[in-house]
Amino acid sequence: MTDTGYVQILDLVCGGILLTAVLMLWRRELAAIVRLLVVQGVLLALLAALMGVRESSTELFVVAAGVLVLKAIVLPAVLRRVLRDSGEAREAEPLVNVTASLLAAALLTLLAYGLSRPLVALAPSPTTRALPVGLAVVLLGFFVLVTRRRALSQVVGFLLLDNGITATAFLATAGVPLVVELGVSLDVLLVVLVMQVLAARMRLSFGRTDLDGLRELRD
Amino acid sequence: MMAISEMVHAAAASGPAATAVLLAPMLAPLVAASAAVLVGWRRAVSWSAVAASVVILVSGVLAAVATADGSVLTVGGTLRADALTAVMLLVIGVVAVIATWSGVSYIDQELAAGHTDGRGARRYGVLVPMFLTAMVLAVLASNLGVMWAAIEATTIVTAFLVGHRGGRQAVEATWKYVMICSVGIALAYLGTVLVYYASQHAGIGEQGSLDWSVLVANADQLDPGVMRVAVPLLVLGFGTKAGLMPMHSWLPDAHSQAPAPVSALMSGVLLSVAVYALLRYRVVAVAALDLQFVRSLILVVALASVALAASMLLAQRDYKRLLAYSSIEHMGLVMIGVAVGTPLAVTALLLHILGHGLAKAVLFCASGQILASEGTTQISGVRGLLARQPVLAGTFALGVAALLGLPPFSIFVSELALARAAADAGLAWAVAVALVLLLVVFVAVAGHTAGMLFGGDAAGQRPPHTPPHTPSLPRVAAAPLVTGLIALAVLGVVAWPLEQLLDAASAIAGTS
Repeated sequence: MTDTGYVQILDLVCGGILLTAVLMLWRRELAAIVRLLVVQGVLLALLAALMGVRESSTELFVVAAGVLVLKAIVLPAVLRRVLRDSGEAREAEPLVNVTASLLAAALLTLLAYGLSRPLVALAPSPTTRALPVGLAVVLLGFFVLVTRRRALSQVVGFLLLDNGITATAFLATAGVPLVVELGVSLDVLLVVLVMQVLAARMRLSFGRTDLDGLRELRD
Repeated sequence: MMAISEMVHAAAASGPAATAVLLAPMLAPLVAASAAVLVGWRRAVSWSAVAASVVILVSGVLAAVATADGSVLTVGGTLRADALTAVMLLVIGVVAVIATWSGVSYIDQELAAGHTDGRGARRYGVLVPMFLTAMVLAVLASNLGVMWAAIEATTIVTAFLVGHRGGRQAVEATWKYVMICSVGIALAYLGTVLVYYASQHAGIGEQGSLDWSVLVANADQLDPGVMRVAVPLLVLGFGTKAGLMPMHSWLPDAHSQAPAPVSALMSGVLLSVAVYALLRYRVVAVAALDLQFVRSLILVVALASVALAASMLLAQRDYKRLLAYSSIEHMGLVMIGVAVGTPLAVTALLLHILGHGLAKAVLFCASGQILASEGTTQISGVRGLLARQPVLAGTFALGVAALLGLPPFSIFVSELALARAAADAGLAWAVAVALVLLLVVFVAVAGHTAGMLFGGDAAGQRPPHTPPHTPSLPRVAAAPLVTGLIALAVLGVVAWPLEQLLDAASAIAGTS
């Protein structure tokens, strides 16, 4: 692959990852948000495969296949199950409206560019120059976690955060050591399964998965 | 004693003896967990968890004997034990023995009272040993990424232990616990990734490394710009798991909802395993960055945690939450030691971790018994306990005395040493602030405890559903608590069995 071709594909993939993250702030239908997560998962797998071509490493292709299965198939399937069981199709009235959310997304992306300057400075290259994208997705995930009220949206926020870190790891280090990658993926899968069970229990005991119900424990 | 030491040394640092010492503490709990999967909750199964804890403790002792002279045990490239690891293995082993030992009677009582069923008891029997395995792996992993994964795994296995009792409050506590801890620890992962990135450009080679000993050896080569972003993320992330400000809000809920032995394990060891992670990273951070940056960052978090705990303890109405906030306070004190970071400070904070683990194990298990006998977790609902349940009230009172740092218990010694270490490092102002806060804590906790022990049984304060009083503490429930208190007192009076080990550990994690 030529260098310009690599850079173009890389920028396209990273742009897609950031775009799907921003669109998740825009959409309110939970089903649409899950579809966006699938797209983002595919893009992350593409990013890993692209790194694999660049570094000519078979290990990264294995990782790419793993990312595809986990983030584009298994985790969205778990989320769809939560969605189907709950019968809640839309996000409850969020704390911050869509316009303000998109404005916040722009500011957070700027912040991510600022934060990643020392990171890019260490080893400037087309790959590390895309690092702000990873950090921006992390910050957007945080934003979703803080402003959304449904249990499922919070899980989405957590996954967005995790996707951002995964993207950062690919861009900065061409992937963490395989044993760590395995441990991390297993942890993410199990955490989401635990959250699925908890969301079901929440619905059983509160009748809904609105987190405003969680205010019995306080000092 | 000599014979064991020679045996371990004779087999070399990575021979079959080392393999056995490092693998046994991870495999033994897994055996106990499989037993619970196969046959459910039985007397023998509950004792197998105790046996697994004893194995961890014995491995800790063997590892301590082998590493006290500064040598390192390794298995392959993945497991590694130095003196610091040995201290943590001892802490895990000691607290696990007390917690699983009290768990035997605790679950039997829960079953008898109808608070849980066979399925719940089986789940408890499976998850508690797995929790122990995850913590042992976290302290044994030589790779910081594997350590991270093991600490995150503790969140997963304890999620359903926190929610053991069921009901709305359990769901709420579990959701907050899983959400806040997963997000917090994800930040620590981002920090880990950035450290790995820095290591790839530190002259270690293209591949870089997350192996702690490699990182320490090349720490001064790590790019300060990247580390300045990574270190705050690591402090925030592992700080979440250690119950530190500003991500502490899961802790009181989770600790007050979890079954007593699980609270004991979470408070006594899980928090300190997260501190252990920070202690490892601090060595790398101070070599890569200036000491002042790392020190001020950690000191702010530490003092803020102590201050928050002190303010929340004053008006506390629930005795399990009281113990939970006291954990935040003690982790804050330990983090002051991490901030100071001199060898004396590291020695003191490790002793403090051990003392706090023992005291909290005793207190949480005792609080489980108080809950079983009084039927409420409200401080105002428990009055005149000393007259009705002298043994239980006595162990609770002595545990609180130990926690507040009264002699002869070891927390007295470690708090004094922490204060001295901080003053020597020119942080006398921090000592002064901490002492004022500790005074507030003392007044608050002592006042609440005195009310529970001696207060008059005011009419109308007792909730109507109070069960009939159990005549006295069953012996099987009292034995672990008394053992823990004796260990605490012995540690406070004679430090000799640990002196050499703590010195070796402080040489590893301390920087002057």
